[in-house]
Amino acid sequence: MTETLSSIDAWLSQFVHEYLLFTVYSGLKALLILMPLFIVVAYYTLAERKVIGYMQIRKGPNRVGPKGLFQPFADMFKLMFKEIIIPTNSNKYLFIIAPVITFAPAMAAWAVIPFNDTLVFSNINAGLLYILAMTSIGVYGVIIAGWASNSKYALLGAMRSAAQIVAYEIAMGFALVGVLMVGGSLNLGEIVNRQAGGIGHWFFIPLLPLFFVYLISGVAETNRAPFDVAEGESEIVAGFHVEYSGMTFAVFFLAEYANMILIAMLCSLLFFGGWLSPVPDLLGDSIGWLFGKTAVFMLLFLWFRATFPRYRYDQIMRLGWKVLLPVTIFWLAVEGVAVYFKIGPWFV
Amino acid sequence: MLAKIQYYLKSFLFLELLKGMGVTGRYFFRKKFTVQYPEEKTPISPRFRGLHALRRYANGEERCIACKLCEAVCPALAITIESEQRADGTRRTTRYDIDLFKCIYCGFCEEACPVDSIVETNIFEYHFENRGENIMTKEKLLEIGDRYEAQLAADRSEDAPYR
Repeated sequence: MTETLSSIDAWLSQFVHEYLLFTVYSGLKALLILMPLFIVVAYYTLAERKVIGYMQIRKGPNRVGPKGLFQPFADMFKLMFKEIIIPTNSNKYLFIIAPVITFAPAMAAWAVIPFNDTLVFSNINAGLLYILAMTSIGVYGVIIAGWASNSKYALLGAMRSAAQIVAYEIAMGFALVGVLMVGGSLNLGEIVNRQAGGIGHWFFIPLLPLFFVYLISGVAETNRAPFDVAEGESEIVAGFHVEYSGMTFAVFFLAEYANMILIAMLCSLLFFGGWLSPVPDLLGDSIGWLFGKTAVFMLLFLWFRATFPRYRYDQIMRLGWKVLLPVTIFWLAVEGVAVYFKIGPWFV
Repeated sequence: MLAKIQYYLKSFLFLELLKGMGVTGRYFFRKKFTVQYPEEKTPISPRFRGLHALRRYANGEERCIACKLCEAVCPALAITIESEQRADGTRRTTRYDIDLFKCIYCGFCEEACPVDSIVETNIFEYHFENRGENIMTKEKLLEIGDRYEAQLAADRSEDAPYR
């Protein structure tokens, strides 16, 4: 591995000055993560339409290419060639910046995601904190989009989204505190390595309530059904992105789906042992486990959307503040006792 | 008290949510109802009310006697008829227009017709490309009638016992 890397180094240094080498190298690595991510996002949209279609006893898109496999590209080209309409009386700069503000953190968060022991873009110690920070910035894009559109529906959507994300960020943060208490580190790779030793050592067993809290607030954070009041197409048309068209709209969607995949991957990293095999004696650890677990959670997102009706706005607030938050705090107390007295295989 | 505990147990174990996901999960594997339209088509009733046509008798004489009952009954005022007396003393139409933009496909014209001349076929796949093509003239209607006479006669005889 290192040999190939150094040979790539040597090859690159023919073209680039060595001071710039690190920058170019980082750029290439970022591309290596983001390009597959874009493809996964593209096919995730197709998978969503297919899965929801199948759950509604219909077939979903199957016209473009064999079995509809080229549908994402058709959608992409359509969106690329559509006009970006900027409403009069909107704030043009904010209007254009908003999707970028949503999109950039959604991509940036992937920098600290470890794919296995060594494969991580930047192995920083405060990885989890970084991810929390990045996913929280995304909401500014939503709020700015709602404000800049100069549209009533967009503003309503932005307000709803702001209140919702504030409510669920707290429950989510507390759920992650539970992970930190067991994992003993903010570094995602170290948290995963702490879960080594088979399915019995994974954190979802001692942290089951926190896992559910995390999953629910993860769905709420990404504005997905049943918490999609910010979008709420039956109530407020499309919420914060009513006025967006073409590529600006596509960028919002890209960010939303990238966030969903991020939440799914974090679920599998923090609670389900990431790349660790459930039975290490029979099957080795591999990156495939991580992708498999992530795929299951990604399917759950779609399954939720096909099953649950949208929450009423006040019900969302009630669930966030009066159910999820007390549950996490209670479980943190229980966990604190367990950690203090070193109970079970997880708290030693 | 017991009811309250039961309620909390039920909501914290996600019982009803899981039940709902079970339903959608089962439906995922159900046989799909989708009809792949241009390739597959659903069966059409003999009473289907599609594009109009004017029929002829077997000897080639047009059925329409310009009684104007259809024009009178048409709730959308889509039919316009002008008539003349022929040399043999019979009355026939010189103009028989149906404006398809006005027509609501109610089928009253067909019901009103004493000689089964104006009928609605089972054609539903048609379009206009130019202004004015929405007016179905007598020639166009007769042509459709000639082309689909076999189908029209078959549909009517199939439906006859129920009328």
